[in-house]
Amino acid sequence: MIPAFIIRPTAGWKFLDVRELWTYRELVYFLTWRDIKVRYKQTAIGVAWALLQPLAMMAVFTLFFGRLARVPSDGVPYPLFAYVGLLPWQLFSRTIAESTNSLITDQRLITRVYFPRIIVPIAATLAALVDFAVSAVLLVGFLAFYRITPGPAVIWLPLLILLMLVTALGIGFWLSALNVEFRDVAYAVPFLNQLWLFVTPVVYPSSVVPAPWRALYGLNPMAGVVEGFRWALLGTGQGPSPMLAASAGVALALFLTGIVWFRRRERTFVDSIGSGGR
Amino acid sequence: MGAVAIRATGLSKRYRIGQLQRYKALRDSLTDAVAAPFRRLRTLLQSSGRREGAPEVEIWALKDVSFEIGRGDVVGMIGRNGAGKSTLLKILSRITEPTEGSAEIHGRVGSLLEVGTGFHPELTGRENIYLNGAILGMRRREIERKFDEIVAFAETERFLDTPVKFYSSGMYVRLAFAVAAHLEPEILLVDEVLAVGDAAFQKKCLGKMSGVAGEGRTVLFVSHNMAAISGLCRSAYLLDQGRLTLTGEPHRVIDTYLASLARSSRQPLSDRTDRQGDGRLKFTDLGFRSADTAVEVAQSGQDLEISIGYTSESQTLRNVLVSIGVFTLGGQCMLVLNNELVGTEFEAVPPAGRFSCLVERFPLAPGQYSINLYCEVNGVTADWIQHAADLTVEAGDFFGTGRLPPATHGGVLMPHRWSLAGSARDVEPEVRPV
Repeated sequence: MIPAFIIRPTAGWKFLDVRELWTYRELVYFLTWRDIKVRYKQTAIGVAWALLQPLAMMAVFTLFFGRLARVPSDGVPYPLFAYVGLLPWQLFSRTIAESTNSLITDQRLITRVYFPRIIVPIAATLAALVDFAVSAVLLVGFLAFYRITPGPAVIWLPLLILLMLVTALGIGFWLSALNVEFRDVAYAVPFLNQLWLFVTPVVYPSSVVPAPWRALYGLNPMAGVVEGFRWALLGTGQGPSPMLAASAGVALALFLTGIVWFRRRERTFVDSIGSGGR
Repeated sequence: MGAVAIRATGLSKRYRIGQLQRYKALRDSLTDAVAAPFRRLRTLLQSSGRREGAPEVEIWALKDVSFEIGRGDVVGMIGRNGAGKSTLLKILSRITEPTEGSAEIHGRVGSLLEVGTGFHPELTGRENIYLNGAILGMRRREIERKFDEIVAFAETERFLDTPVKFYSSGMYVRLAFAVAAHLEPEILLVDEVLAVGDAAFQKKCLGKMSGVAGEGRTVLFVSHNMAAISGLCRSAYLLDQGRLTLTGEPHRVIDTYLASLARSSRQPLSDRTDRQGDGRLKFTDLGFRSADTAVEVAQSGQDLEISIGYTSESQTLRNVLVSIGVFTLGGQCMLVLNNELVGTEFEAVPPAGRFSCLVERFPLAPGQYSINLYCEVNGVTADWIQHAADLTVEAGDFFGTGRLPPATHGGVLMPHRWSLAGSARDVEPEVRPV
């Protein structure tokens, strides 16, 4: 006897169906692979874009913030200081831009085939990891150039990368689900992205924020991620701190509520998107 | 056939009109644009989605549908536009949830709601086979195992490493169908969308489907093609306004359906609710004229003018496409009259008026036909009515010879010329000079 599947209206709040997600793991892989393959098709310089963007931003930040405005950089050469901050920041900003539109971009899929919808923003985030990896390779070159060897704190880096992903995924779940119903989100995101950059210690160190306020500042989860990266790689600032704890807490909360919200709204995605007269 | 493949119990699906048009309503007016975010925020917070004040119109796309399909059965589903066929398939393939009721599914479901779902134009044929296979629910190992078979079926070996954006549309559809056809589900849901493509491809699809049925798989098949339904299916379901009104032997169900169509085509177009589209333009009536007088029936060989009244909400609509389809009662398309195909652009369409289409020397053989009306504004379906009207064609002097083509010949009349070539010897080859 073939096991039966029951289709019925679902009610209430649901969490992630991990077992179902596991059976669809190959789809996660293929959608990520598609996003990566397609991204630099028909571009002249291809994956070099992943290097060009952080390099150009680093150059501009170094000139205007480092040289002209004399923003402090915790005693680290400013270009390196900026680049290490840009590394997680670029992944984050790319992810929220891509996952916001991901459900709309893949609407033909969603309105024609069943699969756990949460795979779509997950794949959009995982695809951004490739750019992250490419820019990280360049970082190794920079560290060698400035003769800086990361201390033992570098073993925390994998955890910080995880924190970065949890933050990006959490925001991605929220924005992608909201964007299905309110296309306003897609217009707000580029603006949000710029705003967020300035409340995150990318061009300046968090040490410019008065110490009593830093835990509050850490409510921006990217503040903890960026400062954590600098601490692990360059040894600046402090490691585990109230700020980092606040960031990790907020990131986890965004991630968990993001999943629950997404799962709540996904029932009406197809009805909201419509399927073109069919 | 004791085993059950699909058991549906009281399936219902409700749409709120507000829910469907919400997106558009946001930009309708400035006041609305200001008020809407707050109102929608409230809608969002109240999980039931019910608003106070403005009453929402509810539509039951599907209402209390129950049935049981045994394993290995091939069931055809018919019904007019908006009867709920696509909604039912979407629920059974888990794309959307029912509002009420439940369905038990025994076995892996494959749905051919549209072939080529998830094909990416920038990826090569090979890459798309893997991507599409994964989207349809195949394991990577399964795709690898069937890869050669899929490629052979699609006849695209030579272009495997070419991005599919360079494929001809025929190649594209063949490859897409080949992947879907090798999914080998226990239960196959097929929408009529499959009927796109050329005749050879349609035949291939139907052939593959009867193959599937022969292998003991369960098929639920939605179509407007009555010949396909009666040829492939052992039983048929009739959906009408979201309700399952008749089940039984295909011929009986088809006859009932055709009779109900004949009744509704006598209903004024403006009262018809079985229409699809966003309603930016709506057809209101349809009439025939011949030699400047209104006529009830057309005559082969006479000029026929089809005149269609419409209304629209906007002051002026741009980029409007109107298409008239003439079908046999069995669902076979005979003619498509489309303003863009003949190079006429409707660039500024006033809020009300009439489209008029003149067919010189009407070329269909005598018989009963049915007319579909379709309209697109900027590429988006505005109105689509199937069986908008009946058209009776009487025998006429099409060829100008005074001879009438017999009704039994059917099909399309075509001016043609005969000639004969030969010589005296060839004409009587048997008689040889001694």
